[in-house]
Amino acid sequence: MDMKMEISESVFKPAVEGDSPAKVEVRDLSVYYGKFRALADINLLVHEKRITAIIGPSGCGKSTLLRSFNRMNDLTPGCRMEGEIRLDGENVLSSGMDVVNVRRRVGMVFQRPNPFPKSIFDNVAYGPRLYGIHNKLDLEGIVEHSLKSSALWNEVKDKLNQSGLSISGGQQQRLCIARALAVEPEVILMDEPASALDPISTLKIEELMQELKKNYTIVIVTHNMQQAARVSDYTAMMMIDDARAGRMIEYDATNIIFTRPKDKRTEDYVTGRFG
Amino acid sequence: MSNFSELMSRNRVTRARQRKAANAVMLTLTGLVTVLALIPLFWIIGYVIIRGGKNINLDFFIHMPTPMGVAGGGVLSAIEGTLVVTILAAIFAIPPGVLAAFYAARYPNTPLGVALRFSTDVLSGVPSIVVGLFAYAVIVVPMKHYSGLAGGAALAVLMLPTIIRTTEEMLKLVPGTLREASLGLGAPEWKTSLSVLFPAASSGIITGFLLALARATGETAPLLMTALGNERFDIAQIIRSGIRSHMNVLQIFWRIINQPVDSLPLALWKYAQQPYPERVEQAWAVALVLILFVLIINVTSRVWIQTRIRRMKG
Repeated sequence: MDMKMEISESVFKPAVEGDSPAKVEVRDLSVYYGKFRALADINLLVHEKRITAIIGPSGCGKSTLLRSFNRMNDLTPGCRMEGEIRLDGENVLSSGMDVVNVRRRVGMVFQRPNPFPKSIFDNVAYGPRLYGIHNKLDLEGIVEHSLKSSALWNEVKDKLNQSGLSISGGQQQRLCIARALAVEPEVILMDEPASALDPISTLKIEELMQELKKNYTIVIVTHNMQQAARVSDYTAMMMIDDARAGRMIEYDATNIIFTRPKDKRTEDYVTGRFG
Repeated sequence: MSNFSELMSRNRVTRARQRKAANAVMLTLTGLVTVLALIPLFWIIGYVIIRGGKNINLDFFIHMPTPMGVAGGGVLSAIEGTLVVTILAAIFAIPPGVLAAFYAARYPNTPLGVALRFSTDVLSGVPSIVVGLFAYAVIVVPMKHYSGLAGGAALAVLMLPTIIRTTEEMLKLVPGTLREASLGLGAPEWKTSLSVLFPAASSGIITGFLLALARATGETAPLLMTALGNERFDIAQIIRSGIRSHMNVLQIFWRIINQPVDSLPLALWKYAQQPYPERVEQAWAVALVLILFVLIINVTSRVWIQTRIRRMKG
């Protein structure tokens, strides 16, 4: 089983011809931590206004790949990226690219809900304020709209001045989604957004994702195969090779990955035989 | 039945009794020692309250000291002086302390970060009288006179290690995910620090300030060589005469900090060794005021932080 041979070809072109255009194109991406190569030759095409799930066993670099999209890897000392990630054709990894602008266009939701220790209102208004919006009426409009988009408005509209930490974990995660939505991103990255939540909160997040994909392109990393199967349109399967570098071994429409994958390892993984 | 079970059951009752006896002995012993450890604390506080309480009245807080041998009078000069030196110390110590701590928390493994941690450890172990001597050599000698300014500087050096250490620890306790959340929205590093890191750590940082302040308030040795003591230090009087001679705010402020000032620990030290019994009685009262001072700082900081935390948690 030579992994190097099998990569790329099938994953480089659009998963489904004629579907929505490419929003993000990853080309020959390699990520290094010092001398260690964590990701090798990743190619991936993310369709606009679709949900793309990245699955694979622990430690295969799913999160590293996700964090490359908005250059959060820059924060890790010794991290270096090669290759290209094109957002609407523009390479976000190029040195001329403004990181602040990339992060505004590519929002992120983290594994554990991480609201700021501020009021619910200030949590959502944090982003807009960064971009110079200080008018109270404008902010109120943005906060309301964002909270409605994250399906949290009805639950918190009477307590916007309470701490963001005072609401339940599931609500906190939707608050974090509202906070990301407030700066009107184009792509939303979700790093196992429901892994710390109970089943009902998880369901709400999944329903919310279906709602959000009408306007946003979503990339989600998940350990939960059922979740990938339920929510995503496309699924990318990753695995580590013999040198412990993460590689993408298969990428296709989700129903194909879960019913008739081309790669034996994908089949073993999605049927729970390993991983 | 196996051999072990037989042997075990034979002396089961004795062993249970032994175990209970040992438990009772150890429990009594540890309890007694705990009480013993609490005795000095309550003895000191109780004694100071009893001896000092007799001599405390409103006059004590609002009047200047009377001449030697004259009964009555207060320690307003010492209270004002203590306020001047501690406020100056806070002004000198807090801004650089916080910034240095921020650097150390952000870049802990750089040469500068390691050097800072090492030197704060060393500094916190330097005897306070040595710090006083240092301030004497660096400030008092060149200026050719003792001053509240020199006293504040000496106390600031003593406060620095506590401030740097607690601030650094508190900043490190802020979850990295909060920082990522802010940076992920496109916030620059400085904005993230100002509006997320510091507010999240603020309760702990401020506790550090107040602990350092409470510590500095009670220091005597460094003030002996810097603030010196000044029974005639009277801020109201300085301000009045300043206004009369048309000085501006800065000039008046300079005059307040540029002369020897009194402080509570200094007054206590001086009063306690005088031959007049009234003065010695007053020394006890000063001790009580000093304890109250520190207690108030401690309690208010704790209460304030509790309410803050409760508000944040909702």
